[in-house]
Amino acid sequence: MLLIQCPYCGPRDESEFDYGGEADIVRPKNPEKLSDAEWADYVFFRTNTKGRFKERWVHTHGCGRWFKIVRNTTTHEHGDVTVFGGVEPEAE
Amino acid sequence: MDGATYRVLDGCRINKDKPLDFWFNGEKFTGYAGDTLASALLAYGAFPVGRGLKYHRPRGIYTAGSEEPNALIQLETGGRTQPNLRATQVELYGNLIATSVNAWPSINFDLWRVNDWLSPLLPAGFYYKTFMGGGVATGRWWRLFESSIRRAAGFGKAPSAPDPDRYERMNAHCDVLVIGAGPAGLAAAAAAVKMGCRVILADEQAQIGGDLLADDREINGAPALDWVGATLKTLSKAPDVRVLNRTTVAGLYDDNFVIAVESVGDRNGPPAPSQLPRLRMWRIRARQIVLATGAHERPYVFPNNDVPGVLLGHAIRHYAGGYGVVPGRRVLLGTTNDSAYRTARMLSEAGLGVTLADSREAPPPSLVEAVTRVGVTVEVGFAISAVRGSRRVCGAEISRILRDGAVASAPRSMEADLVGVSGGWNPALHLASHRGAKPVWNETQACFVPSNLTALGIHAAGAVTGVGALADCLDQGHAAGRAASKAAGKIRRTRKPVIEGDDVADPVPLQKIWAVDNRQPGGKRGKAFVDLQNDVTTRDIALAAQENYRSVEHLKRYTTLGMGTDQGKTSNVIGLALMGQQTALEPEAMGVTTFRPPYTPIPFGALVGRDQGELFDPVRETPMFDWHVANGAIFENVQLWKRAYAYLKPGETLEQAVKREVLAVRNGVGIMDASTLGKIDLKGPDIVKLLNMVYTNRWDTLKVGSARYGLMCREDGMIFDDGVTARLGKDHYVMTTTSGNAAIVLAWLEEWLQTEWPDMQVFATSITEAYATTTVAGPTARDLMSSLDSDIDWSNDAFPHMTVRTGKVMGVPARVFRVSFSGETSYEINLPARYGMALWEALVVRGAIPFGTEALHVLRAEKGFILVGQETDGTVTPFDVGMGWAVSKKKDFIGKRSYARKDTARQDRKHLVGLLPVNKSTVLPEGGQIVDDADQEAPMAMLGHVTSSYWSPMLNSGFALALLKNGRNRSGDTIHILSLDGNADEARVVDPVFYDKERARMRG
Repeated sequence: MLLIQCPYCGPRDESEFDYGGEADIVRPKNPEKLSDAEWADYVFFRTNTKGRFKERWVHTHGCGRWFKIVRNTTTHEHGDVTVFGGVEPEAE
Repeated sequence: MDGATYRVLDGCRINKDKPLDFWFNGEKFTGYAGDTLASALLAYGAFPVGRGLKYHRPRGIYTAGSEEPNALIQLETGGRTQPNLRATQVELYGNLIATSVNAWPSINFDLWRVNDWLSPLLPAGFYYKTFMGGGVATGRWWRLFESSIRRAAGFGKAPSAPDPDRYERMNAHCDVLVIGAGPAGLAAAAAAVKMGCRVILADEQAQIGGDLLADDREINGAPALDWVGATLKTLSKAPDVRVLNRTTVAGLYDDNFVIAVESVGDRNGPPAPSQLPRLRMWRIRARQIVLATGAHERPYVFPNNDVPGVLLGHAIRHYAGGYGVVPGRRVLLGTTNDSAYRTARMLSEAGLGVTLADSREAPPPSLVEAVTRVGVTVEVGFAISAVRGSRRVCGAEISRILRDGAVASAPRSMEADLVGVSGGWNPALHLASHRGAKPVWNETQACFVPSNLTALGIHAAGAVTGVGALADCLDQGHAAGRAASKAAGKIRRTRKPVIEGDDVADPVPLQKIWAVDNRQPGGKRGKAFVDLQNDVTTRDIALAAQENYRSVEHLKRYTTLGMGTDQGKTSNVIGLALMGQQTALEPEAMGVTTFRPPYTPIPFGALVGRDQGELFDPVRETPMFDWHVANGAIFENVQLWKRAYAYLKPGETLEQAVKREVLAVRNGVGIMDASTLGKIDLKGPDIVKLLNMVYTNRWDTLKVGSARYGLMCREDGMIFDDGVTARLGKDHYVMTTTSGNAAIVLAWLEEWLQTEWPDMQVFATSITEAYATTTVAGPTARDLMSSLDSDIDWSNDAFPHMTVRTGKVMGVPARVFRVSFSGETSYEINLPARYGMALWEALVVRGAIPFGTEALHVLRAEKGFILVGQETDGTVTPFDVGMGWAVSKKKDFIGKRSYARKDTARQDRKHLVGLLPVNKSTVLPEGGQIVDDADQEAPMAMLGHVTSSYWSPMLNSGFALALLKNGRNRSGDTIHILSLDGNADEARVVDPVFYDKERARMRG
C-alpha cells in the first residue's frame, strides 16, 4: 500500500485515495470539430507507460481534493506532487 | 504412547514443573510448558507425523521453525480447527488436539503408499501428461479420477462450523521496524532506541533471542542469554518501543507497509480467554526497516533422506539446547561447514554417541580438536550417502566425497538412529523479495543474499546477509539500527557499545554440495528428495531439464518444487542448483523464483478481523426506519441503505401487499420514505454553466421555484444517472440523484470542477442525510397535504407540477418538490431529518397508505419511466431509451460528441420498448433474453433482454420493459423470451408507456 503525499493533508495510506488515471488529458474545447478518431482518442485511449507516469489521485476519504503525482509504474516510486488550478497548498 | 524417553537434557525454554497432556492422532502424550508441539512429540522419538504428498511415504519432523515441510498438522476440531499449521511453531497447551493433515486413511496405514511402489509411473508432470494432455479420451480419464486424486493430494480440512473466536486488527506506526529478534535484530533495536526512534521489534518465536536460544553462546564473555535479557530490559524502559513476540511478519508492501500476525489468545488453546482475540493482525507503517530475519539451514540431498529421524543439523541442536530433546541415541551428523561442530559437541557432552562426517578436506583444526576431545568421531572428507529404514532411521552410509558431490568410494555402513544434515544456510530473504529486491548470489557462502535494499528503506543485518559469525551479526545489527535511524531522520551521536561474540578464530568456508550422487557399486539406491513437501526428487529435476525446462519459474510449475505451505524454504536453492548442474549453469545464472506474501499461511480469520456479520458493512437507516420495522416492512439493500421494499400486513403475501400499495397510490394516496435519494446542495454564480455541462438538457431558462429533470452521461454518451434539480434562489440549486449514486455523482461534479474547470465558482455539498424525504402520491395527495398545518398553497395553479416551494409544514421548515415518479399527483416533502418521523406518523393517522420500493417500481414502470441501473447498464444512450427530447442540440455537454460516432448514431441500436406477455398471467423473467424464434439452433440470435418485469394491477396483466434491437420499429411484433429453465414465453412489443399516456394525472 503506497504512502501518498496529499498536498493538503500530508502523507496518508493509499486506501484513503481513489485513482484517477493518466493526468493532463484536457477536454477538447470544440468537440464538434474533432474527427471520430480524435474524439475516441480523448475518450478511450490512454498511454500505458512503463516507468515514470503522471497520474491523478483524489483524497476521497480525506480532504476530497484532486492532485497529480508522478509514479514509476514498475517500481512504485512516486513523488513530484502537483495541484490543480494553480492554487499551491500552504506549507505545513 | 510410551514414555518421553528422549528428553535427555534440561532445556532453557521449558518448565518441567508444568507438565501438559495433549493428543496427537488420537493418542495421549505429555510435554511441558514452553514446548512446541514438535519438541513434545520428538521427546517420544522421531516417529512419523505425516505422509508425503505424492508417494505417501512416512515423514517426520524435519526442522525447528517456520520452514518445516513435513510436520503439518490440523489443530483442534469443529469451528476452531486450523489446517496446515507447522508443529514446529505450535506452542503446547493443555489438552491440545492435533492430527496429521496428509495421512488418509491413517498415519500407520496409508492406502496411497501404493504410489511409492508405482513411482516409476509417476514422474514430474504425471497427472497433467496422463489426464489433461489433450484429446477427448484423456479429458474423460481426468474427470473420472479427479476427485480421488484431489483427495489424495489434499492438505488439511476446512472448519466444519463458523469460527467462534474473535480476531483483531491493529494499526501502528514507527520510525524503525526490526524484523527478527536474534542477535542482529536485538542489537539493531537497541541502537535505534538509543538514537531516539520509535521502534517495533517483531519475532515469530515465543521467546526473544532467535538462534541464541538454541545454543550455549557467549557474548562479552558471559552467557548470551544474559545479554538478551539486559537488552530486552533496556528496550522495555525506552518510551516508544513495542516488542511483539509470537508475531510473524507475513508481508512487506510499498513504502514499508507491513502485515504481521500476532498469536494472542491462540497459544492457550481454545477458547481464547474472552478478553483476548485469538490472533491480532498488525498493519504497520514503518519509516525504515531492519531486516534481521536470519537464515534457514539447508540440507544436502541423498537417497532415502526423507525417513523420519533425518533432521536438519541445526534443528537437532535447537531441540537439544532449547527443549532438552534428542530423538536418538546414536547420532550421525553430516556437514559441509563449521556450524555442525557446536551440535556435535553439545550432543556428545550429553552422553550420546556422535559421528560427524565433514565433506571438506580441511576443516578448521581447532574445531576438529575440540569435538574429538569430548568423544566425537570426525570423518573428514566424508558425506552421508544414504539412510536405511522406512518408518524410522535404522542405519546410514557415508562415502568419501568429491568436490561436486560425486561419491569416490564404496560406502561405509554406519550405526545411527538420528541423522542431522548441514548443507549450508539460505538467508531468509523472502520479505525483501516481497518488495521486489532481487536476490544476488554470494559465492563464498554459496547462498542468495538480498540486494539493493537501502533505496527501499530496508537495512539488512545478520545471517540474512550471508554472514555466520556471531560477532558479525552483532556488528551488522548495531550498524543497521543506526543507519535505519538516520534514514528515519533521527540523528544522535551515540557511542558504539562493546558487544563481542565467541566465534571460532579460523573459520573455513563451506563446501558446495547439493546432492550426493550415489552411483558406486554397493551404494544404496532410493529416492533422494529435494522438496519434501511436494515430493520432488532429484530425478524429477533431471527429467524437467531433459524435457527442456530451463527457467526456475518453469521448473517450479512443472515439478511443483517450492510450492505449498513452506514455499520451498528448505528446497528451492538446492532444486535450482541441481537444475543448473543439468544445464551447466551456476545458481547465479539460474536465479530464484520470486517469493510472494504471505511468508507463512495466514488464517482467514486474521485477515477478516471484525469485518464480518453485522460489522461487515455500515448500515444506513432513514429517520423513519423504526416505523417501517414496526409495521411489517421487508427491506432491500440499496448500497448501504435499508429501504422498505413492501409493508406486509399479517397474513398478506408479498404480491398481495404490492398490489394493495399500488392501488392505494392510483386510487387514493400513498406515502413513501424517499430519504435515501441523493441530495446535493449547489451554491455559486456558475451553477448554470456546470449544469449545462453535466446534464444533457438546457438549464439557462430554469426559473427560481422551478424544477427540471436531467440525464447525466459520461463522455462516451452513455447514461449514468438521472434526477430532478430545482432552483431555490438566484445562485442556489438542489440536485437530486438516484439513491445508489449519490456519492458517485458528487464525486463526478467535484472531479470536473476541480480538474477541468477550476475557475467555475460552484460549491457542491452532500445534504442527503440532513433531510427526511416523504413522497406523498395519489389523486388525493393534495387534499391530504392541505389538511396539514402549513403556509404553502397546495393548489395546482399556485404549485404546479415540476416546481418547488419552501414554507412550513406542521411548523417545521420544509422544502417541497412537486415531482412524480409514480405518474400521480405527487409531492416530495423534505424536512430536517429529525422531524421526518413526526410527519410520517401524521400522514399515516390521516389515512395515507405507506408503500415500498417494489410498488414504486411497478408504478414507474407502468409509466415507462426508466430506472438507472435497471433499464441502463452503461451501454444505453438517452436516444436508446426514447429520451432524445432531453438532449439539447444547442449546447455542448459531457458525452454529446459521442452521439455522432458511427455506432452510437446507428438507428437499429437496442431501444426501450414495452412488452405484454401473450399469456396475461405471465410475469416475464427479468434478464430473459429476447429472440425471434425460440426453436432456432443454438447459438441463437439474441436481440435484447427484459430489464423490468412486474404484475400490473391496473392492466390486470404481466408487463415488462425491455431493450430490444431496433425495437422502436418493431411495435406489434411477437417475440420470445427465454427463461433459465429452457422455456420460452411469447410477448408482444408495445409502447413503453402503459398507463396515462397523456400525463394528465401527474399534472392534475
